Amino acid sequence: MGIPGAARAYIGCVVAGAVVCALPVLGPDARGSWGAVALLAGLYAACELPARCPFLGRTQVGSVPAGTGSFFPVLLAAALLLPPAGAAAVALPGALLARVDQRPALPRRIWRAGRLALAAWAAAQAAALLGGPAALGGGSGAPDFPYVLLPAAVSACTFSLVLAVLDGGIRVTAERRPVRTAWQGLLWPSLAPHAVHGLAGLMMAVLWRSAHGPVAALFVLLPMYITCWVFAQYHREWAAHQATIRALVQAVDLKDRYTRGHSERVGRASVLIARELGMDEGRLEVLRFAGILHDVGKLGVPTRVLRKDGPLTPEERRIIQLHPEYGHEIVRGIGFLGEARSAILHHHERMDGSGYPYGLSGTQIPEFARVVAVADAFDAMTSTRCYSRARPVGTAIAELRRCAGSHFDPRMVRALVRALDRHGWQSDVTADEPSGNVPPPRPTAKPAAPASAPAPLPAPHPGARP
Amino acid sequence: MTPRYARVAAPVAVVYGAAALLTAGGLGHTLWCGVDQRGTALAFGVLIAVGELARWGSAPLPGELGGKEPAPLGAAGALAYALLGESAGEPTTHGVLQVVSVVVAGALAGNVLHVARGREPALDHVARRVLTVGFAAVCFQPLYNTGLVTQHIGHGPLYALFLLVLLVLTALCDAVLAAVIQRARTGYPYGPLLRDQLRALLGIGSAVCATGAVMALGVAAAGLWALPVFCVPLLLTQLAFRRYAAVREVNGQTIASLARATEIAGYTPAGHARRVAALSGAVGREMGLSGAELTVLEYAALMHDIGQLSLVDPVPEGATALLPVPEQRRIALLGGAVVRQTGVPAAVAVVVERQADPYREQPLPARIVRAVNAYDDLAGDTAAGALKALERLRLGTARDYQPEVVESLARVLARGGVAPGRPG
Repeated sequence: MGIPGAARAYIGCVVAGAVVCALPVLGPDARGSWGAVALLAGLYAACELPARCPFLGRTQVGSVPAGTGSFFPVLLAAALLLPPAGAAAVALPGALLARVDQRPALPRRIWRAGRLALAAWAAAQAAALLGGPAALGGGSGAPDFPYVLLPAAVSACTFSLVLAVLDGGIRVTAERRPVRTAWQGLLWPSLAPHAVHGLAGLMMAVLWRSAHGPVAALFVLLPMYITCWVFAQYHREWAAHQATIRALVQAVDLKDRYTRGHSERVGRASVLIARELGMDEGRLEVLRFAGILHDVGKLGVPTRVLRKDGPLTPEERRIIQLHPEYGHEIVRGIGFLGEARSAILHHHERMDGSGYPYGLSGTQIPEFARVVAVADAFDAMTSTRCYSRARPVGTAIAELRRCAGSHFDPRMVRALVRALDRHGWQSDVTADEPSGNVPPPRPTAKPAAPASAPAPLPAPHPGARP
Repeated sequence: MTPRYARVAAPVAVVYGAAALLTAGGLGHTLWCGVDQRGTALAFGVLIAVGELARWGSAPLPGELGGKEPAPLGAAGALAYALLGESAGEPTTHGVLQVVSVVVAGALAGNVLHVARGREPALDHVARRVLTVGFAAVCFQPLYNTGLVTQHIGHGPLYALFLLVLLVLTALCDAVLAAVIQRARTGYPYGPLLRDQLRALLGIGSAVCATGAVMALGVAAAGLWALPVFCVPLLLTQLAFRRYAAVREVNGQTIASLARATEIAGYTPAGHARRVAALSGAVGREMGLSGAELTVLEYAALMHDIGQLSLVDPVPEGATALLPVPEQRRIALLGGAVVRQTGVPAAVAVVVERQADPYREQPLPARIVRAVNAYDDLAGDTAAGALKALERLRLGTARDYQPEVVESLARVLARGGVAPGRPG
């Protein structure tokens, strides 16, 4: 992937600015601070090198405070301790050396160095304007608490602001985002973590200047490092959890071959409906799981019955109709599913009370279950099953409208229609394809084709897929 | 069983007795002589109480990260007070006994609020806290108050390193105490428990120690203002651990649900996976496994029957131990393929795949799962059934079951099966 010319020019400008900011550190006036600059720069580089936090580039996960850079305390301490040029110089080696997750690596390193150096320079300017370095005390003087909190806070905010402004610029030039939306969501999410980093930076700076010296300042980094490490573990475990949910779904899909991809699509359609109804994000996520897992109870139905071609006997029908209860029994112990559990139990209820398992009617049926019921029926109609070919979206909607009130909640049907008008619908999504923020399965996790009759689960050798 | 129980409980009684003695001494001294430097004592007391209040339930964190410290902020505050030599440049005058009484007062205040909110007080944890903080204070305060530290070490970088060494010693002492208490409560071997505790030191334990040192140094340099400022990063660490614990718990629940699917499908008897997991865990501890190994064992035991989901018709009673060997292997391989799709470590899938092999070709967790699974399949509900099952396992030790595993299983069963609650 080439880098657009505008982005090259932009990065060039930022780096030139950073170099101009950092250059005075070589001048004779700054000779006194060379030792501190070298120490802090080495420290920052040493911190960034082994850390290799795998989640640095994963800000899309959202609400992860440490995801925005874990060793900014060193930079913010430098901003309080050193003159602006020195602070800019501290950022350079670490930013150039640290790992990049995506290609091309070199331009990314250069860009990161430029933006961090500029941000550190600005933070140091802000701190200097408010008399931060003097307020830190040092020698025999004690730090001027609580006043010193002010320069620290202002410098952390400046740091955050400059980073946000620069990042917006790269979005416009490299990703060709429209100027109007480029700066959205850059500043506010990063402000709180940067404030915490600012406090840690202040601690480092105070201890650095105290009689105990730089050694004591190192202690501050340990909790930050461990936080970063725990967040990495957290993300690993989170991805593992997503994979486990997928395994549950795939087990169902492979048992009942004709419903491949059905679960994911029902999850997607449920979210479309809920978004139209204006549900908040937390509930949307739970509802998506309700859609994905609604048929998990089919794990409890004998495979022979599920895969039977031709009409079912009343006894077999009764067995299949147990699946909502099986599903509820399976997911009963998964705490975070919350409301989704009742949706799994009640997704075959009908508005007029003729559904199963309990024959609930109207608003007795949980809201999530009414959403999932519509999404389930819609996808069943628009995809090919053993007993019917896929119908076009228009026909499916007409059918849903016909049954609205008797089977389905008309509010949900209307919401689905509106959402489809707005976003359209592709029914060819398979379970293999990542959807929403479910990460793609691990390389070995691709299901093999469900070919061998007695073994509907994937063969032990992945990749044997035709 | 009484004598055995008394022997097991003795270390706990000793720990509690020592803590009570120290507490009584501290409180008595404080009541008699009053509190030195009340402002500092009050600030640290409040910090410890708040930290105690913010403790994450009574359940410890899971697994190899093992944040065995439920109230990191309280621990850091207590250690900082024990190692406090100066406040804003003025030397402090509090002694060991005052440190103990402030820590006890703070911890009790936090626990009283917990009890008021209907939770259990964490007495083990308070006793440990009192003893470890007492240890740190005994190591530091006399040396400092007599001027030895200032004379030999000064107040430069060496002083910071001195604090660090003291903190490491304190942490080791705490780990030993925790392992002793756990050993007494669960009867598991001492070595792996201590190893677990030491490993936990690398996690939140080191963050607590570092923050304790930073607070002591920060208060020395900047006065009491340092306390609120310096506890923020540790709060962030605590938050990160909490989120990690939450997602780990959710993942565990999901895996347990996946494991229950075979029961609901009628392939295995109800509760089989859970029983095998609990008993395997106990046998694993008995055999000296710890940390990550136990996690692998637990997950593998939960999911060992998952391969049966792929069978078109269920095995009678789900008892794979009675099937012909090639069939057992086939089910095991299918199970391994499913487990690979979940997010659990690859070692779990290996254990599930190899569970039907002769024990000499198996990794240890697979040997344990195999023996425990066979026991659960064979035992039934009666005591006679259990004995007969053990007998059959013993007869199979030539090829199928490792003799050591079977003997560990027998010991665990003789102790009354699975220890109540998850240890550690």
